[in-house]
Amino acid sequence: MELAAVFPPLLGSIIAGFFGRWIGVRGAQIISCAGVVSAALTSAWLFNDVALQGHARTVEVFTWIKSGSFVAPWALRFDTLTVVMLIVVTFVSSCVHIYSIGYMEKDPHRPRFQSYLSLFTFAMLMLVTSDNFIQLFFGWEGVGLMSYLLINFWYHKASANDAAIKAFIQNRVGDLGFALGIFVVFYLFHAVDFGTVFAAVPGVAVQQIHFLGFEVNGLTLACLLLFMGAVAKSAQVGLHSWLIDAMEGPTPVSALIHAATMVTAGVFMVARLSPMFEFSPTASAVVTVFGATTAFVAATIGMTQFDIKRIIAYSTMSQLGYMMFACGVSAYNAAIFHLMTHGFFKALLFLSAGSVIHAMSDEQDIRKMGGLWKLIPVTYVALWIGSLALAGIPLFAGYFSKDMVLEAAYAAGTPVGTYAYWLGIITAGLTAFYSWRLLLLTFHGKPRADHHVMDHVHESPAVMLLPISFLAAGAVCVGFLAYSWFVGGDRVGFWHDAVLILPGHDSVAAVQHGAVPAWAENLPTMVALAGIVSAYLCYMVWTGLPGFFCRTFKPIHHFLYNHWYYDILVDRFIVEPSLALARGVWKLGNGTTLDGLGPRTLVAATQYVGQRAVRLQSGYVFHYAFAMVIGLVVLVSWFYVNG
Amino acid sequence: MAEIPSILPATPEIFLACSALALLLLGVFKGDCATRLVSHLAAAALLVAAILVLSHSGARVFAFNGMFVVDGFGVFMKTLVLIGAAAVVMVGQGYAAQQRMNRFELPVLIVLSTVGMMMMISANDLMALYMGLETQSLALYVLAAFRRDTQTSTEAGLKYFVLGALSSGLLLFGASLIYGFTGTTNFDRIVAVLASAPKAEIGIVVGMVFMIAGLAFKVAAVPFHMWAPDVYEGSPTPVTAFFAAAPKVAAVALLLRVLIDPFGGLTDQWRQIITFMAVVSMVLGAVGAIQQTNIKRLLAYGSIGHVGYIFLGLAAGSEQGVRGILIYLAVYLVMTVGTFAVVLSMRHQGRPVENIAHFAGLSRTHPMMALVMALFMFSMAGIPPLAGFFGKFYVFLAAIEGHLYGLAVIGVLTSVIAAFYYLRIVKLMYFDETPVESIDQQNDGAVTVVLVGCGVFTALFFFFPVPIMSGAASAAASLFAG
Repeated sequence: MELAAVFPPLLGSIIAGFFGRWIGVRGAQIISCAGVVSAALTSAWLFNDVALQGHARTVEVFTWIKSGSFVAPWALRFDTLTVVMLIVVTFVSSCVHIYSIGYMEKDPHRPRFQSYLSLFTFAMLMLVTSDNFIQLFFGWEGVGLMSYLLINFWYHKASANDAAIKAFIQNRVGDLGFALGIFVVFYLFHAVDFGTVFAAVPGVAVQQIHFLGFEVNGLTLACLLLFMGAVAKSAQVGLHSWLIDAMEGPTPVSALIHAATMVTAGVFMVARLSPMFEFSPTASAVVTVFGATTAFVAATIGMTQFDIKRIIAYSTMSQLGYMMFACGVSAYNAAIFHLMTHGFFKALLFLSAGSVIHAMSDEQDIRKMGGLWKLIPVTYVALWIGSLALAGIPLFAGYFSKDMVLEAAYAAGTPVGTYAYWLGIITAGLTAFYSWRLLLLTFHGKPRADHHVMDHVHESPAVMLLPISFLAAGAVCVGFLAYSWFVGGDRVGFWHDAVLILPGHDSVAAVQHGAVPAWAENLPTMVALAGIVSAYLCYMVWTGLPGFFCRTFKPIHHFLYNHWYYDILVDRFIVEPSLALARGVWKLGNGTTLDGLGPRTLVAATQYVGQRAVRLQSGYVFHYAFAMVIGLVVLVSWFYVNG
Repeated sequence: MAEIPSILPATPEIFLACSALALLLLGVFKGDCATRLVSHLAAAALLVAAILVLSHSGARVFAFNGMFVVDGFGVFMKTLVLIGAAAVVMVGQGYAAQQRMNRFELPVLIVLSTVGMMMMISANDLMALYMGLETQSLALYVLAAFRRDTQTSTEAGLKYFVLGALSSGLLLFGASLIYGFTGTTNFDRIVAVLASAPKAEIGIVVGMVFMIAGLAFKVAAVPFHMWAPDVYEGSPTPVTAFFAAAPKVAAVALLLRVLIDPFGGLTDQWRQIITFMAVVSMVLGAVGAIQQTNIKRLLAYGSIGHVGYIFLGLAAGSEQGVRGILIYLAVYLVMTVGTFAVVLSMRHQGRPVENIAHFAGLSRTHPMMALVMALFMFSMAGIPPLAGFFGKFYVFLAAIEGHLYGLAVIGVLTSVIAAFYYLRIVKLMYFDETPVESIDQQNDGAVTVVLVGCGVFTALFFFFPVPIMSGAASAAASLFAG
């Protein structure tokens, strides 16, 4: 039964991918959707059984690697953390699958697309159900590969190629750290399965090891290296720019990457490894700083962008920062709570944005939209709901989770916690601002598109609106429905020991015990409302204001608009030197040295020897007999001389 | 009371010899119109003999006063020889019929030569060894000159005969030295004499060197190889196929038996010779073939190279090395028969063509033939997971475990060079334009059967290696036990 939550997407992917030609486009779509939906239903059952009834378990599928004393079974671990992720992944993925039927209507490669989506989902399911680091790595890499294939789905577009390669390479940087982290774990614990490792953590928490000539704490090193993987996968600042460029892929892919199957992997991993991070305050502090900084940086850039998908992409990055610093202040449960609510409203935002793009004949620039709200009312409402949830307006899903994250950061009482809280507050205001900027520019005011486009604006078909409506319901309800389980009074019975929080670190408990003053509790909502009001003022009342600010603070605007010059700096200091080095190795090392020595010199030498050898073959019998006799004489003399 | 000599262990040989005589009579009475029938009966007789060979229990049994031995090693080798000979008779018939060399003597000579090979493999005495070798060779001399109306064939026959006589002389001289220094011709007693002496006398060593030289001629190892390219090219193609397949296996078997059994105590001495010949054979086989344009000449160099790899395993001097050689031989035999089945099919308007340029574009005119040929070429080059890879793999493994690292490295390097000319044929078949004189032959049934059989073996050996591997392992074990 447990397998039915993981393997149907793989099956659907194989059938849709390899047999798409025979079962037709419709068949491929139905098969892949059926696979994911059945996984979603099984996940719901598992959620009830594992999280609510408390039957956490591990299902061993088969022994994967057995080499000497090293054993890595292929086992599926089902605890509360896993089933929550299963719910998020399978439900969002189901919505995306169904939505794609409508969105990709005109694409000739729909079976391939559906197959990739399913395989992507499967890789993520493998990741969240993994029982050991090897399997985690397998899912991790599978997700990376599938993201590459999907971002590059329109492979004839040069920009899509670049974006896919960028995503892959940036993730490889993270993967390097992740793999090293696994090596360190194996070095420290002589095991790679979570059970053994977690049980042994307190014992090795103070062990020192040599790394690159430094004497460092082994556990901290392992955590930081593993976190490096999460930085890339969850688009934390430093290895984040792939997430934005990944918008080159089809919109359903963006929704899948952002809400369910990719970027959440890093947060999940940190939560999964909570028993390790809990014993390494240094690593937790690093996680917090990274998260808070990411949230802030992303929000500032998001304010200045004009591409509807990029704005939402920056909001994802920003929200991932929230989740990450929540993990950093030991509020893993709050982080996962935010991950779940975010999964719903972010998928909603993307699918709605896709609906807008669909309506606008593939236009993505919000400067060329406007006045759409009467034409596509369902999408309009959906985008409102998503934005309200994102901004954390009371009663919507984001309110419950985001407030808890911020309060936990405050309640942690550490310097980094305070840093995270204040950056988080600023970010909340910025988030609300750019969300409403997007809403107002897209739907209100005069239409700025030409009349050809405006004439064609139409509401999306039901097959797209249905998933949107489902997600909208989720974005409204999931917060208050799940609050009590995740971070409220029922949290101990809900989580069991899926995540470990040391007693002194439990910031969520501190929040529940009233460690946060009323002003700090209400500040996020106030700031969000202020953000909305200022957006309204800027884009509805005094429409000249944004332009005025841009001109007045031109350097700052330029700085933000160009993504903090991140890409330019990376190009200048990493990409170009690497290319120069590679070119040198290629031309000089490979071309001149290796090719010159191998293919050119050796081949010529071999051919020369061959010609000479053949010339010995004169055709005369006496030559041949002579060769035999000489050979014999040499052999016999050899033994005479050597005795 | 005199013991009645047991001739039962020699049943397959006796059966085959009688079959050859019966077929000869049949041919004489019926004339050349019976060639087809004689060919089929010859193939059948060879296969029946193979069954008789296989029905042996595998225990070590002597006959004819200890001059003749049957053991697991002999059973394995004879089976290979018989299957190879039968396959060549089958594929050669159609070619012979079309090329007006449709004489009934061809299959009969092949059978007679095979009888000689079986005697060689079972030899347990220097006299028996020479008897078998000459029985085999006399038939082969005639076969090489079978198209006595063409210059190339008579030249090939004459060259092979003259040089063969020289090698026989060397062998006999070596045998006489051995007899002179040990006082016996029986292998088992030679072992005993060598074991009793603290250090081998130089006379015995020199005798052994002469014998190795004589046998190396038969397997075409450098520097006793020079006949091979000329004879391969000059002989009619079915005869070349036979040369490349059965006698090679038989001669290697004889060499193995002589070196492991009577001269097992002189391993350190003969290893030096074998190592030397392995290196020069591998190198010459690899570089010599690069310049060739005639497919038969190319395959002659290829077979010199293969002997080099076989000697590589032999140089290890271990049971594992012999096992590797046996696997190599089995695989080599199948690949060679299959390749020659393709070469036999190379005809343009009924006229045989032998230039490798004629392979160009074969994938479009004869896709299936091109596919099996590609399989054989990849396999000869040793590309995994085809059969040829495993052949090479086990001899290299044995060499490495025998600490012959330098030899193994040379082997790998020459494999790389050899891959060039094998892969060139694949490239010609798949990527080049079809020439004007393209191959237009429709294969007859026997060729198709052999091609499919060899192709399937080559491609699927990877999945079902156990019969060959375990057979080779027990055969190698029985050789060392004796």
